[in-house]
This record gives sequence, structure tokens and C-alpha cells, in this order.
Amino acid sequence: MSFADLLHPMFLIPFVNGLLLAVLLPLVGAHVRLREEWLASLGLAQAAAAGVMVGVFWDAPIALVALAAAVVAALAKSFFGPKGNESYALMLLLGWTVALLLAANSAHGDDLSHALTEGQLYFTGVGHLQALVAVGLVQFGLLPWLAPRLLLARFFPDHFAANGRPNPHHEIVFDVLVAVTLALAATAIGVMAAFAVVFLAPWIAFRFARGWFKTIALGIAVSLAAYVAAFALAFRFDQPIGPVIVGVLLLLGAARLFAGH
Amino acid sequence: MTGQLLLEVENLVAGYREPVVGPVSFLLNRGEILGLAGPNGSGKSTVLRAIIGRARIFSGTLRRGDGPIATAVQAQRPVRLSEMPITGREYLRLTGAARQAAPPQLAGLLDLRLDELSGGQFQLLHVWACLGSPADLVLLDEPDNNMDPRARATLIEVLHASRTAGRGVLVVSHEHDLVESVCSRIVEVAG
Repeated sequence: MSFADLLHPMFLIPFVNGLLLAVLLPLVGAHVRLREEWLASLGLAQAAAAGVMVGVFWDAPIALVALAAAVVAALAKSFFGPKGNESYALMLLLGWTVALLLAANSAHGDDLSHALTEGQLYFTGVGHLQALVAVGLVQFGLLPWLAPRLLLARFFPDHFAANGRPNPHHEIVFDVLVAVTLALAATAIGVMAAFAVVFLAPWIAFRFARGWFKTIALGIAVSLAAYVAAFALAFRFDQPIGPVIVGVLLLLGAARLFAGH
Repeated sequence: MTGQLLLEVENLVAGYREPVVGPVSFLLNRGEILGLAGPNGSGKSTVLRAIIGRARIFSGTLRRGDGPIATAVQAQRPVRLSEMPITGREYLRLTGAARQAAPPQLAGLLDLRLDELSGGQFQLLHVWACLGSPADLVLLDEPDNNMDPRARATLIEVLHASRTAGRGVLVVSHEHDLVESVCSRIVEVAG
């Protein structure tokens, strides 16, 4: 395949889908990291993967069931679960168990399970694009309202309770936003690549940036650079996109390790 | 506005699974700085936690004044992450304290990341984020933790200045000299 082939809609739409994910994932990832809930990304992505398998097993619309599974997991965490990474670890293990058991017991489960591991970006189409544009509009539209509240709750955890709002709405809005973004990402670039973009891009940005919006911007820049490089490498050498994205991000992450403290 | 009731606590017994403090009674009006003093472990912070709804009230009453009362809470142990790429200015903006001129000792630190500040500097910033905010009621829990004598002197200046702002401040501290130097009245919590 040559790079000219990229302009063909068959590749262009998946490429744009990945670009949108490369912007949206670090945006939620920075806030997830600030809340020290970075395992959320893996837990919710795995819940979405379990949703895909549920969809296959019961012959239901896969994307919708994946989205619903991630949102239900996020809501369950908000309402019932312990705060922090413990609830996400439980979600991750439950999602993994359900996904693999259903895959082992359904006709096309093994193929889809493989796709969720490696990423199936090339098979995403206009439906994914529309969903990502919608989520992007919501994310950027809500950011001026959401970000200050998330930061205030993080650094002044008693603020909302002291002002008569022990369960502020922004918490659940954020959890659902993370779940929807992760579900779309897991069904496009794979579970582990979705986790890698959410975790590694902000991990690098947190080391170097000065100021919150610069941190978000650097996270997005790192993610975009990694994605474009990974797409080109995967395309040129016919490699699965998920592991290549993770590999490139790990290489970029080395800059952080060498930077010292 | 000075003299208007902000908080009325009457025979309050509070705790978590079991009562740990009380009965405690006091009034806090606008324009006042009230000290809650007592030794470590006497339950002073639990009174503060009960005021914000984070501790259980076993008996007694706790009543806020009429109308909305914006409240700022300084935590005894502020959240400090190993990496905090947020600047001091952004931190103050969260509570609305960036609208006021910061104390001189903080002014030069506002463009640093929070993780570049020392423990004492961060504590002073945290306290100022509450005192510099437009809150009507400010609850301070051991505000001079980690502070060197210079930062402590700044804290005392800032607390004196906040008395004129028509707001009420409740200072919880085991340091008697701090509450004696800044508070209009002191309530002893025996434990």
C-alpha cells in the first residue's frame, strides 16, 4: 500500500476517526490522571469490550451494547462503587472475564476478541465518525464548565459538601463522558491502545507542562504525533494499529524517563 | 453586615461511628474570627467536619444563618499529588482568590507549578485560596501546619486583614498562641 491510498475514503475515514480519538482521549485522560483514577480508562475500555461480546452473543447491535456497557459501568461506579482505582480494577476484571468467556462460547467471538486486542481502526466507518464528532462537540462544549469543577473538587474535596452539594452533577457527567469516549476508542483502536493514549499522553504532559490548559494541549500534541506516526508505520508495514500506537507512545514516554526529576 | 449570625452550634456531640467530641456550643457572626482550641485528638476537627456535613451529629443542633452562605474549607492536609502541573495562579482561580492581590510572600510563586512549592509555601497558598475567596464563612483547620516563622507571620497578617471583610472565620488549632493572636473569641474543646 502507498500513502496515496490514504486519500481513498476506505482509509481516510478510519484515519480521521483515529485523529479525533487522539484529541479526545488525552483530554479526558488529563482529568482522569489528576483524579488518580487512570485505571478507569482500562476498566471502562474492558467493560466496552465485554459489551461487544454481549452484543455478539445475543446478536444485538455491537456498538450500542459496547457504549451501554461502558456507561452502565461508569454509573455503577458513581453510585455504588468505592472511589478511586479499586472500583476500576474490579470493573476491569469483570469485563475481562465476561468478554473472554463470551468470546469462547460464540461463533465469531474469537475474531472479535482478537480485533479488540489489536484494534480494528480500518473497519471503522461513518457511524464511528459521527459518534466521535458528537462526543467531541460535547467534550469541548462542556470543558469550560467541567474542568474548573473537576479541579476544584480535586484540590478542595470538601468544597461542594460544605456548600450544600455533596453529590455535584459534574462527577456523573464526567464519568459518563469518559465511558463513552473509552467505548468508542476500544471498539476502534483496541482496549490496550485506548488505555495507552489516555494514560501515557497525559503522563508525559504532566512531567513537562506548566499550567493546566498547557498540560491538556501538550497531552493532545503528544497523542496526535504518536497516532500519526503509528498510523503511517502500521499502514506502511502492514502491522496492527493498536500495538504500534502503544509502542510509539512508549518511545515518546522515554523522554520523560530521561528528563529526570 | 457585621454581627449577622453565620453559624450557631448548640450542645453539639459529633463523631463518626461513635461520638468523639462534645457537647460543644458557640456562635459565629460576620466580622468575627473564632478560635476552636484544644489539644491534639480533642475532636476540634470533627466539629469542623460536622459543620460541612462530613461527620455524624449524634445530638445537639447546628444551624446556619439565613440565606445562602458561601463556605470555603481549608483542609488540615491539603491534597498534594506527586505531580501537579497546575500553577499557583490557577489554583487561586479555582476558589476566586485570584481576583485579590496575593500576600507579598506568595506573589512571586504564582507562576510556579504546585509541585515546585515547598510544604510551607503550598500551605500558605492553600490557606490564601480560602481567605482570598469571596466566601462568607471560612473554616481553617490547623492553618499554620508546615509553616516557617515568616509564613506564619504572613498568615497572622492575612487573618487580621480578613476580619474587616464582613465574613466569619473559624480557626481550629492546637497552637494557643496562634488563636490568641488572631481570634476575637476562643472556645476550648476538652475532648
